[in-house]
Amino acid sequence: MADRLAPLGLLGADALLSDEERAIRDVARRIADEKVRPHIADWFERGTCPARELAKDFGAVGLLGMHLTGYGCAGASAVAYGLTCMELEAADSGVRSLVSVQGALAMYAIWRYGSEEQKSSWLPGMARGELIGCFGLTEPDHGSDPASMATRARRDGEDWVLHGAKMWITNAPIADVSVIWARSDAGVQGFLVPLDTPGVTANEITRKLSLRASVTGEIVLDDVRLPADAVLPGARGLKAPLSCLTEARLGIVWGALGSARDCLETAVDYACEREQFGRPVAAFQLTQAKLADMAVELNKGFLLALHLSRAADTGTLRPEMVSVGKLNNVREALAIARTCRTILGANGISGEYPIMRHAMNLESVLTYEGTSEIHTLVLGQALTGISAFT
Amino acid sequence: MKIVVLVKQVPDSGEERTLRADDKTVDRDAATKRMNELDEHAIEEALKLAEANGGEVTLLTMGPGDATDTIRKALSMGPDKAVHVSDDALHGSCAIATSKVLAAALGKLEWDLVLCGAESTDGGVQALPHMLAERLGVGAVTGARKVTVEGATVTVERQTDEGYEVLQTEGPAIVSVWDTINEPRYPSFKLIMAAKKKPVESFALADLGVSADEVGLANATSQVLEFAPKPPRQAGVKITDEGEGGAKLVEYLASEKFV
Repeated sequence: MADRLAPLGLLGADALLSDEERAIRDVARRIADEKVRPHIADWFERGTCPARELAKDFGAVGLLGMHLTGYGCAGASAVAYGLTCMELEAADSGVRSLVSVQGALAMYAIWRYGSEEQKSSWLPGMARGELIGCFGLTEPDHGSDPASMATRARRDGEDWVLHGAKMWITNAPIADVSVIWARSDAGVQGFLVPLDTPGVTANEITRKLSLRASVTGEIVLDDVRLPADAVLPGARGLKAPLSCLTEARLGIVWGALGSARDCLETAVDYACEREQFGRPVAAFQLTQAKLADMAVELNKGFLLALHLSRAADTGTLRPEMVSVGKLNNVREALAIARTCRTILGANGISGEYPIMRHAMNLESVLTYEGTSEIHTLVLGQALTGISAFT
Repeated sequence: MKIVVLVKQVPDSGEERTLRADDKTVDRDAATKRMNELDEHAIEEALKLAEANGGEVTLLTMGPGDATDTIRKALSMGPDKAVHVSDDALHGSCAIATSKVLAAALGKLEWDLVLCGAESTDGGVQALPHMLAERLGVGAVTGARKVTVEGATVTVERQTDEGYEVLQTEGPAIVSVWDTINEPRYPSFKLIMAAKKKPVESFALADLGVSADEVGLANATSQVLEFAPKPPRQAGVKITDEGEGGAKLVEYLASEKFV
């Protein structure tokens, strides 16, 4: 068979990356190939993930909080961080979620809004993967509308007392510390809550049909008493947790491309080998049209992600730009996964291939960290100046 | 403790490799280039020894200009600095000439131990450590699956087909390693970013006091006269059991030297 281009080789977009970015990408790919891929189908099937072990492996190369500076963090660019997310999610969205929540939500919140003492006591251990963090904003009754959160923080002498519940919290059942967002008399504030604090319970959410290789939980806060220094001094108002989400969404914009790339590579390989009517499925024009359309979307998504990360690196990234990226790349990745499933026919639903797993994962990715509907309305507001959701 | 690790850039052994039609040397332009796999194990061992005993790890590479890619990758595993010997006259050098150049470069460096892979995946000669040891007048203990250093004494478990041999020498010494010795670490992101700031010293032949007429293809002690692509795989041998299948099977296995 003649030479074929890898789907992401179509535009030669590799040339847009620096040597350093490629070197980091290659290490991320290697670690995903060696530490995740051989086991992922099994983890997904059993609904489990050795998150603590993986965190240590990831921490050893400096992958956790890699885009942050100081406190044992690598200080890499937003592009390098994005490429890493893409490689991890090419293995599985659940593993990328572990890293996003640790680095871009929990560590970022502490790094950006924490006191010097909070930073130096938590960040180095989190960067090494010895301590796991999670991020509690979403509640059972408040998802897209976090401003209506029911979790309350009240002062009692010098102490803080937190009461409420957080839902769909990645890493919660295994975490050492949670960044909990609660409403106080002063507005929304962030608190560092060790999971072993009396009154805190983290229950695992089971029976998920998506992100099965990721640990998800509910955090119940029953009059949890915290010392005065548990509050993040720099965070006041909802824009603080939302800035963390903007940070994490950038990883999703790239991550979704990883899932899509893995599906497309699988589908191309399959189509070239699988024969029907005496020739490879890839020889049929209908298949080629599917592959071409998917590759076009994948490469467009890559350029979009790269543009957004370069903007982040120069400090010109605005939240609605990230909404464009998340809306487009996750939507297209899901469409690619579904189309790839059709190319594999019945084999497409088999756990022997990664496609159905990616498709199921992407259903979560479409919704978490800002649903596609909310991102659409963010863009609507940016274009018209009129908010459609408040 | 000062350790020098010999690192070679080779064509990726996972791909189809070819020789050039004009001078019958390895076609490096057609190949994806990477660090010789076993060298990663030598670097890992050097880093471990330096971490345990204190010290410094220097990489030494002889190769064309683009071998800097491999040097940067190797540096991102953790070594402190590198020396790159590069000269157009070196193209096509045989193992003996290579050992002359590397020995001259090692003569310019301070070291207690030289580590290298047991072989390169392109040449596969396995003789370079011995050649270097001969030129430098030091001991060579090769094919290690374990290295321990106590004071000036270097003890090595040499892997053999039957088991292993324990060899000991007084340093300075040259040790070559197999992949059984360790699990190389991943380059860390921090070190990847730091690698471009690490010093890489360049030597040309003149800097080493080696003359161009001692090296290169024209002065090589061995020469490729002709080469042909590997023949396509033959169909397998089918033995039908008509009472003597077992004997025929053994005969076949013996003829192929499997037993």
